[in-house]
Amino acid sequence: MTGSAVSLAGVGKDYKHFTLDDVSLELPQGSIMGFIGANGAGKSTTIRILMGLIHQDRGTVRVLDNEMPAGQVAAKREIGYVSDDMRLYPSATIAWHMSFIASIFPSWDATYAAELVRRFDLTPDQRIKGLSHGQRVKAALLLVLARRPRLLVLDEPTTGLDPIARQEVLGALIEVLADERRTVLFSSQNTMDVEQISDRITFIDRGRIVASDDKENYLDRWRRVRFEIPEGATVTAVPGMLDLRGSGRINVVTVPNFTDATLPLLQATGASITAVEPMSLEEIFLCTVKNRREGVLA
Amino acid sequence: MYLQIIEQIRERVAVGDWARDAEIPSIRQLAVALRVSVITIKRAYFELEREGVIVTHHGKPSRVAEAPNLEKLRDEDLDQHLDRALHIGALLGLSPDELAERLERAAKRRNDEEQA
Repeated sequence: MTGSAVSLAGVGKDYKHFTLDDVSLELPQGSIMGFIGANGAGKSTTIRILMGLIHQDRGTVRVLDNEMPAGQVAAKREIGYVSDDMRLYPSATIAWHMSFIASIFPSWDATYAAELVRRFDLTPDQRIKGLSHGQRVKAALLLVLARRPRLLVLDEPTTGLDPIARQEVLGALIEVLADERRTVLFSSQNTMDVEQISDRITFIDRGRIVASDDKENYLDRWRRVRFEIPEGATVTAVPGMLDLRGSGRINVVTVPNFTDATLPLLQATGASITAVEPMSLEEIFLCTVKNRREGVLA
Repeated sequence: MYLQIIEQIRERVAVGDWARDAEIPSIRQLAVALRVSVITIKRAYFELEREGVIVTHHGKPSRVAEAPNLEKLRDEDLDQHLDRALHIGALLGLSPDELAERLERAAKRRNDEEQA
């Protein structure tokens, strides 16, 4: 059976200056979800709620068949969690941390741990305080990956990493999914990382979910359309299309819900279509945030 | 992104790296190897099956089709490029005959380059 590894329904949390509202999402077992949003959008708050680290004011949270926060002790045995504010012991070595985790979690895989040490280019005898930021992130990831947890929850695992370290980390995350019983949720500000490795995308802005969907479906709905209008004509705005730009005859418009009916609608205004282009997640992200803040998009 | 994967796979089939009727990697295996998401490969396989390039069976390994119809795909691809060329030609004020002349010149240039 492949159910949901993570399921949030109508989750909310009120702070003095920030409200997380009506957050609902489903993460099927065996998939990777990329969680994107600007700084302060609510990514970390959502992740802390699903980890049981803070308690929601409303809504239900289920993680690996445990109601959260009540079932957090049972859930955490099978979750590997890494975030920036987690501290390793500065004066202990990587090897010390590895044997410490191995003594707590019976699922520790020493062979896999040794392989990750090699692939992440780490030195086990090195003390944590002597590590660079990238090495620290990789060490923390190694410590959870080698436990082979059913669910990995990673808060911005690639932030601050150089391109080589980023690809090492993304490669290791994809490999987790070779086992279809395992699931990954990671947040990121880097849309390229999310676009590369995610099966599902959840997009949060100002404490609300903007979209939570299959990645390819989501990308497929967005198109940039280039078109020309007859000389002397003025361009007509079509409802539902965004960011109409152009000067003179050549124009560009962004379509958030591209269907077979889109081009005929434009052609009916006298436009002749010159190109229909797919958009990157980065472009979609920027367009969505901008139009939401201007009140154009809900 | 799945479009890039589709193109790569068509190419592998076209040059015979993936032989006709040969078993191909599972979706998860290929995702790990190419470091892209499972859903991207799934979508690419789905489209490639629709095009008749590969055959998938539930619960069995996927294979390259016995007669992958790459010619038809190439043909459609060519038509799209020709349409584009006509469009650019029209912008430059070229007639179809003048375009055909340009094509012949391009072919000659390529031929000369290969001789050299």
